[in-house]
Parts: sequence; structure tokens; C-alpha cells
Amino acid sequence: MALLRFTQNIQRHVACPARQVEGATLAEVLEGYFRQHEQARGYVLDDQGKLRHHMTAFIDGNQMRDRERLSDPVAADAVVDLVQALSGG
Amino acid sequence: MSTRFHVATRKGLFTLDRGASGWSIMQTSFLGDNCTLLMHDARSGDLIATLNHGHFGIKMHRSRDGGANWTEVATPQYPPQPANYTPKATPLEGKPADWSLKLVWALTAGGADEPGVVWCGTLPGGLFRSEDGGDSWTLNRPLWDDPRREEWFGGGADHPGIHSICVDPRDARHVIVGVSCGGVWKTRDGGGAWELGGRGMRAEFMPPEHAFEPNAQDPHLIAQCQSHPDVLWVQHHNGIFKSSDAAASWSEIEGVQPSAFGFAVAAHPHDPDTAWFIPAVKDEKRYPTNGRVVVNRTRDGGRTFQTLTEGLPQQHAYDLVYRHALDVDESGDRLAFGSTTGSLWISENGGDSWQTLATHLPPIYAVRFEKTP
Repeated sequence: MALLRFTQNIQRHVACPARQVEGATLAEVLEGYFRQHEQARGYVLDDQGKLRHHMTAFIDGNQMRDRERLSDPVAADAVVDLVQALSGG
Repeated sequence: MSTRFHVATRKGLFTLDRGASGWSIMQTSFLGDNCTLLMHDARSGDLIATLNHGHFGIKMHRSRDGGANWTEVATPQYPPQPANYTPKATPLEGKPADWSLKLVWALTAGGADEPGVVWCGTLPGGLFRSEDGGDSWTLNRPLWDDPRREEWFGGGADHPGIHSICVDPRDARHVIVGVSCGGVWKTRDGGGAWELGGRGMRAEFMPPEHAFEPNAQDPHLIAQCQSHPDVLWVQHHNGIFKSSDAAASWSEIEGVQPSAFGFAVAAHPHDPDTAWFIPAVKDEKRYPTNGRVVVNRTRDGGRTFQTLTEGLPQQHAYDLVYRHALDVDESGDRLAFGSTTGSLWISENGGDSWQTLATHLPPIYAVRFEKTP
């Protein structure tokens, strides 16, 4: 199972502890996490199921490529980090 | 008269109470977060606040104890886009409006006989309805699926949006909504069928042959007289308009000084001839004329206006007042407004004089009295 970890910035809105999740693609890993933790879904995905504009994922340190379908492969022992751009005022 | 109001700002929600020594901030919620709008439901006492977390999206929270505690509730969600649907490009942007929530721009409680009903207007042009006080939302498909909706375009924003929702106190099925840019729409059956009102509105920004096209109008805000709901006032992008026939037709009120441009308008709850506006230099500059903050009031149905200045800064003041940042209480005597530069004023005599309550708040998006039903 892949280990999914979340940016610290999201934690004050909704607790997102790191978890081991089944899944062969980024979409499957996220879906597996959100099935157990529904409230976090809307903070990461928009209402059309797309990754929010200023968020991205790194899979074993490599930035994701497919923002449209989240089809990037995830190895069984991968570490997936969800991060956000730092901006705003 | 109302003794409490809320101020939604770029950095949180502030609640002011009128105590023995006057008005003061008695409560702060969501400090540091972008609170874009607040609704007080006079039927239940509920508060619904909208937060825009930027990276993490738009969220709604509800309090049932006057703001002491908040619970995250549902946020309006656009349904999945049909697979066989090809959206039309909007006329000015040249590309389709996004099919996804961008901003909550209006929150209005339903009728007194509709407990739990709340209407929500959004960018990009969605009208949502909740029947459970915000626990769930449904997109109004008759309006969203009207082909004329795809002709709406953004007015100062990248997407068209619904900012005004007026529920007729006599019949809650009669709802009027305002769209920037998409004019004034009305339903008589609670949202089952919609007609485009707005005959007589004029859009200076359109080519002359399209200037009176109802679907291209940019009403910045619609305000309804609660005791005479057929009377509505509009602060429009290029002028002030009034309707006395429930938004079917509008007449332009010309010659208003120092400017007919602005965003905010408040209608007196009982007197159909009284309304307040906050003028600014039009339209790409947007600051108070000559650096003087003033409120324009008419008491004769728009025939004449008084420019009210007592207690307001009259030199080097560059406070812009957004459309939701002016409110009047249920008596018509108390008004409050806040500005982009964090100033906040109140009047307790219908605008004759004003008192400064704050000068260093974050940019103010919305001011809302708690009103009795």
C-alpha cells in the first residue's frame, strides 16, 4: 500500500493524517483515502473531481503529470505527498 | 431596531453589538480566513458564513448559537457536466464559463412559510437552493439550463455571477435574481420557470443597438422594499434604476450627483420612496468622488437625492464600498456600511449622521444586521 501524506497547511481546516492506502494510480489512492475520510475530499478536489488548481502531488519525489485524469501510476510501496503552492496575502 | 450586525472581511468575521456605551466588536470568528459573505436567518437565528480558502476551495459554516460555535456544512456543488454537452463560449470572454463553483455571491433566506429554505447565488451563474438550512444544496436546473444563461458574461470578474436574490414576503415562490452580467430574472413558481425581466435597463458598455438588451445588463445589486415588494432599486454599472412592477420594467434615474456609479444600494424596509446609495467615480477608477465618502439618499422615489456627509470623512478618503457592504435594519433607521480599506460606519437616524466604528479592519466584503422577522 502507498503512503499518502498531506501538506501541513490543510491540517488546520480538516485533519488529514498520513495513511497507507491501496491503489495503482493517483486517482485510486486519493479515492481510497477519501472513502474513509469524506470531509477531506472537497479540500483537495473541486466539485467536478479535479485536483484543486494550486495543489499538486509528488509520487516518490516526482511531480505528477496527468492533472486531468490523475492516472499517474503509484507503486505498492510508494510515498505520495500532496502539496500546495504557497501564495496569497 | 437591530442591536447586532456582522462584518465579513478578508481576514475573518466580526460581530458588533450595541451595548450601553455604544457599538463595539464583541466576537471574532474565522480570524485570518477570507470570509466573503454572511447570512443571518431571521426565522431560525442561524448564521451561515462563506469562507474562500483559495487553494482549498470555498466552504460554508453554520452557527446555531450566535457565532460562538461553527460547524462546516455542505457547499453548493455543480452536478457533473453531461458527457454530450458542449458549452457555448460567453460573448465577451470567448470561452465557456467554468462548470465549477468559483464564488458564493448571494445568500438569502426563503419565505417565512419555508423554514430551512435558503437560496444561494454563485459564480459562474448558478442558483442553488437548500431546504435544510444549508446541509445540502441543489442547483436550479431550469435557470442553469436556459440557453440564455450561456449568454451571460463576467462583469469585472472572469465569470458571470448571481449576487442578488429577492424573495417576495407576500409569496415566497416569487423570487427575483440579479446577474452580473445577465440582467434580472424572475420566477413565480419557486424556480420552476424563469422569465427575463429588465425592460428599460440600459447598458452603456454595449454597442448602441444592444444597449437595452435585458440579458446583457449589469445590475450591481437589487434591493427590494419589504413592505412594498413590487418596488425594487438597482445600483447598475452605469446608473440607478427603479422598478415599481416587480422587475418587469425599469426607469433610469438620471442626473444623480456626485455620481450614479457604485455597487451598494439599500431599500427602506417600509417606505417605498426611500433608498440609499454609495456613489463612486465610475468605472475603471472606483474611489469616492473627490476623496469624500458620502451616502446618497432619496425620500421621494428618486426624484431628488440628498448627499449625506455628517460624520463621514470628507478629504483624502478612498474607501470603496462593495455591493454587500451596506445594510439597513428592519426599522429603516439603522444603517451600516464598510469599505475596502477597513472603515466601518453606522447611522441610527436613517443616514442623517454617521459614526465611525472602525478604521483598521481588513477589507470588508459584507455587512449584515440581525433582523427580527
